[in-house]
Amino acid sequence: MSPSRKSSATSYKISFRDRFRTALKLHKENSIQTLLDILRQPTNSLMTILVLAIALALPSAFYLFMTNAKAVSQSWDGGVKMALYLDDSTTEKQAQDLLTQLNLRPEFKQVTFVSKEDALTEFKDYSGFGDALDYLDNNPMPFTITLEPTSSFSDPEQLEALAQELAGLQQVDQAKLDSDWIKKYNSILDISEQIATFVSAMLALGVLLIVGNTIRLAILNRREEIQVIKLVGATDAFIRRPFLYAGFWYGLIAALLAALMVNIVFVLLKQSTSQLAQLYSSEFSLLGLAPSFTLGLLVIGALLGLTGAWVSVRKHLKDINPQ
Amino acid sequence: MIEFHQVFKRYEGGHEALKGVSFGLPRGEMAFLTGHSGAGKSTLLKLIALMERPTRGQIILDDINISNVKDRQIPYHRRKIGMIFQDHRLLFDRTVYDNVALPLIIAGVSDRDIPKRVRAALDKVGLLNKERQLPIQLSGGEQQRVGIARAVVNKPPLLLADEPTGNLDPELSEDIMNLFAQFNQVGVSVLIASHDLGLIARMKHPLITLKEGRAIRNELAEVDFA
Repeated sequence: MSPSRKSSATSYKISFRDRFRTALKLHKENSIQTLLDILRQPTNSLMTILVLAIALALPSAFYLFMTNAKAVSQSWDGGVKMALYLDDSTTEKQAQDLLTQLNLRPEFKQVTFVSKEDALTEFKDYSGFGDALDYLDNNPMPFTITLEPTSSFSDPEQLEALAQELAGLQQVDQAKLDSDWIKKYNSILDISEQIATFVSAMLALGVLLIVGNTIRLAILNRREEIQVIKLVGATDAFIRRPFLYAGFWYGLIAALLAALMVNIVFVLLKQSTSQLAQLYSSEFSLLGLAPSFTLGLLVIGALLGLTGAWVSVRKHLKDINPQ
Repeated sequence: MIEFHQVFKRYEGGHEALKGVSFGLPRGEMAFLTGHSGAGKSTLLKLIALMERPTRGQIILDDINISNVKDRQIPYHRRKIGMIFQDHRLLFDRTVYDNVALPLIIAGVSDRDIPKRVRAALDKVGLLNKERQLPIQLSGGEQQRVGIARAVVNKPPLLLADEPTGNLDPELSEDIMNLFAQFNQVGVSVLIASHDLGLIARMKHPLITLKEGRAIRNELAEVDFA
């Protein structure tokens, strides 16, 4: 074999280092090129990106709503009060003893005694029966002790357990928490959260499908080019790479846009909610998207784009073979 | 370089393109494949490049039985083969330079070597001054030369050409054929499918004539594989 023959037969071998370097270079080139392609064709890609952004903004808005709704309910939890209605047979002395005991407990910041007379007066004022109650032979009201838990002792479950414990005391007829409506509110929140999670999952699936379809069209557009580069020895990885980057960029740009949209809505709402909170003399202030959530949104967006592109590329590149 | 052992190819739908073809192309040899259209020339070339798989029989390329080449390895298999087509198969949105550089980029050749090798290939086909142009700005003969430059830029040991002169006038055709002969002289094995019988006769290289999937004239059948 002549030297020239030898060189022609071996020259297609390339060192590992060059291969690695070229792969890095290709990643850099592919990523920049696909980004430029997307930005350069705003009419083609803008619609897709907008749809993706809306699909990503909705779950973020749900999340923002849920965080704030939970924050509202937490600010109420601190204000829960408990009422102990004492047994009819309880004497004033026994009631006072109980009061002293309760005062010693660390769970309560305030313990108030309501005498039978005070309770009746209060009932007269609020019930609207007024003077009709004067015809009663004796005062039907029980002694009442109202308890205000400390803020460190505001967990609904803890309070529930405490109420049961106190209800078990000898003189106590009933222990009532005024948190029943907060429970209802919280269970409505739970249901809303489940619905929001479900809708968000649907929207994420939508993002996958939209990116997948966009990439499918891009692949079909470049069908002939793909055939040619397959003929000159391109591996699937080489052909796949630009499409995967395109999907990645679509997802990432859409997520950025979604974060922007939600933040704009947040700024618009913040003003009016703080006014509303003032009317209720509440210190509640609307919570925005945490930086960690925004970061998570970008990562999820990029991953969804990448996954959508991956699914599409796997399905469609196989079908394109040189003829 | 290439060995065919009783190769059959039946396409889906029942068309039998090759019916038991056997031949051997020695390393560094140049040969022609002729026959009417539909005789099986293109199929034979496609089998070598693994664009199709044979239904029966063995194909050995560079001492490797290509039936054993898995789909994933096909790209590496194709890098050993420079392919030239009647319709050039150039990328029309890229310059001549970029078209020729494509196989090098795909193979992972380093940046510093690419310009040198692209220009060497363009120089061989006489298009060094057209590297910045788009294929559409070139004549048919020039486009075919770009296709040849792209096929040889990676210095493959084998060139396959399917009707490379099909669209060219006789003078240009002869130029193209002489180009192949030059590559053959530096050790590249060449197999050209063509029905330009006059030109082939002047080139004085071994000939295989296919008719309805059979080799009716075979100057490369010294070894009886059957």
